[in-house]
Amino acid sequence: MLAQLLRVLSLADYNTRVVMFGTMTLGIAGGVVGVFLLLRRRALLADAVSHAALPGVAGAFLLAVAAGGSGRSLPLLMLGALASGLLGMACVMFISRFTRLSQDAALGIVLSVFFGFGAALLGIIQKMRGAQAAGLDSFIYGKTASMIRSDALLIGIAALIVILLTASLFKEFRLYTFDADFAAGDGWPVHRLDLLLMTLVVAVTILGLQAVGIILIIAILIVPPASARFWTDSLRLMVLLSALIGALGGYFGTAISAIAPRLPAGAVIVTVLGAAFLLSMLFGSSRGVIHLALQSRALKRKTLRQNLLRALFECEEAGALHSEQQQLEYLSRIRGWSRRELRKAIGMLARSGLIYRVPGCPWQFSENGRTEAMRVTRNHRLWEVYLLEHADVATAHVDQGADFIEHVLGDAIVAELEASLPRFGRALPQSIHSLTRSNGGSDG
Amino acid sequence: MEVQTTSVNNRDLGPESASAPPALHVRDLTVAYHRKPVLWDVDLDVPRSLVAGIVGPNGAGKSTLIKAVLDLVPHASGVVEIFGKPYRRQRRMVGYVPQRESVDWDYPITALELVAMGLYRQIGWCKPVSARHRRRALEGLDEVGMADLAQRQISRLSGGQQQRIFLARALVQDADVYFMDEPFAGVDASTEKAIIAILQRLREQGKTVFVVHHDLETVHEYFDYLIMLNMRVVAAGPVAEVFTPQNLKWTYGGRLTLLDRAVDAIGQGSR
Repeated sequence: MLAQLLRVLSLADYNTRVVMFGTMTLGIAGGVVGVFLLLRRRALLADAVSHAALPGVAGAFLLAVAAGGSGRSLPLLMLGALASGLLGMACVMFISRFTRLSQDAALGIVLSVFFGFGAALLGIIQKMRGAQAAGLDSFIYGKTASMIRSDALLIGIAALIVILLTASLFKEFRLYTFDADFAAGDGWPVHRLDLLLMTLVVAVTILGLQAVGIILIIAILIVPPASARFWTDSLRLMVLLSALIGALGGYFGTAISAIAPRLPAGAVIVTVLGAAFLLSMLFGSSRGVIHLALQSRALKRKTLRQNLLRALFECEEAGALHSEQQQLEYLSRIRGWSRRELRKAIGMLARSGLIYRVPGCPWQFSENGRTEAMRVTRNHRLWEVYLLEHADVATAHVDQGADFIEHVLGDAIVAELEASLPRFGRALPQSIHSLTRSNGGSDG
Repeated sequence: MEVQTTSVNNRDLGPESASAPPALHVRDLTVAYHRKPVLWDVDLDVPRSLVAGIVGPNGAGKSTLIKAVLDLVPHASGVVEIFGKPYRRQRRMVGYVPQRESVDWDYPITALELVAMGLYRQIGWCKPVSARHRRRALEGLDEVGMADLAQRQISRLSGGQQQRIFLARALVQDADVYFMDEPFAGVDASTEKAIIAILQRLREQGKTVFVVHHDLETVHEYFDYLIMLNMRVVAAGPVAEVFTPQNLKWTYGGRLTLLDRAVDAIGQGSR
């Protein structure tokens, strides 16, 4: 078993290599074309088209048999699939253009009717031909094990052409999937580009019939780009990552399917892609769930920390606080913090050495703490004054606005603030609120 | 004079328009969505080198007028000419700033890449964006005061900044006639100032700019020419001449009841 696994994974025999070439190139093609399909928001149209291919497969088989052949010729079946897939797409476009039905209704109708008709034809074939025709089932869930060398070669080469075409039209596809109106106004044949992209999608769908199957082919178009998006904000990188994920899906799908021929290859490929998606969604470095949660947690902590530093500083400015009890009451009153929040924040500051306490006395700033507290307070006040003078914001709202934004002020913005309020120099402006107005401007 | 002969064959022309074809000429333009008309029999002759505002209430067809001129929506009838020649032959002279909401700002590109799209026509099919074009795009960003945000992903820009890069993209198109769909919508004060400065500069360069606009208070300040629209052209001409209380009433105050009823009747009929 293990030896067999190694043999497959290392592509030891020629046959595996050829099939691998076919499915991996297919995976790459799906990943590359899928990026634009996803950005164009046409994923469901592709799903309808792939389902609409089934009656074509069955019809082509029936025709071939009627003409005296065996019917099991992949290129012929693909042609049938292509014809009925395109017919399905044309039906969707026709229904949504010339009736008042919305496109999702048109998609649902075409998808179910075509697939149902195809399933009926398949039923007839199975009755009529018995075991030999049962191989057509593999077009529904995919089967790489039954793939012959010439088929795999055909799929790989056709997928390569799809990849090259998409790559050479990268700029044009980017333009029209982002802003079709601008592209049309700029003189680009937007309808033809749209048609071309959909043709490439149909091509991937048809090429994937045998390896992935009709029902799951949509996954190799959608899952890799959707996964890639979690890692990057660059379209170029997104295309490369998506291609890589698609290739991995093809590789593992084929390998596992070769070891366990009873597992449908399409299902295995989709499972591999699903795992890639899950990992990307959780750990993606650009918009993964964990990354976003950490970011928002960091901002929250920073905000809490800065707010407490300023509150302590202003508390000191106000003077007249002699015990820790008094201090805590004052802090929770002016910021509306619960005792628990307050203790958490104080613990945070104490751990980073910004404040300390002699037992029985209120919390004190360390030297670092005082510098930091002054900096934070100064930024806050500069920002308040700026808002008051330049943004026509009512005084009551200023504190809130300043509170929110000051935590994300960069050094460059602070420098600009200082420049636009030169009268303060390096000094600390007085608080504009009556609450703490006692002797602001002191340098502690 | 090739222009003159072809024009005279097609329609009557005054001596003035024959010598200098208008920047925009529209005759009998009618646009309908699902058989319900949104623009009726629009006629316009707008001279060159000016900034023209297009105003009117919601649903008056302001955006539709621009889109119909640019051939983005099918017209039921009508002729559109830029500098005396059919629009399709003059595409290269036309730049377009769509409404900001019309695109997905979550799209994975940077500000610089978006602006470079204005150069694609010049770059041509299948060729990549070269370093020279990136430099030109950066200049475009600089013209709208956004050069330092060139590498920022577009979803991380503010509304005003997004509007500015849309403008920069049109600027690098280097067109002679610009159509801008609500460039002032939802922008901050400094962006508004930047846009006005750009409009003035374009006018000084002899370009013609059409701007869909909402704020009537700024009409005098921003525009030389005004098109007042409410499904048909209520008035079009120099601001001083057409921006009158009477025309405003015709444009904004209650639709023309007869026209309204006719439109409703046609709308009913198509259902």
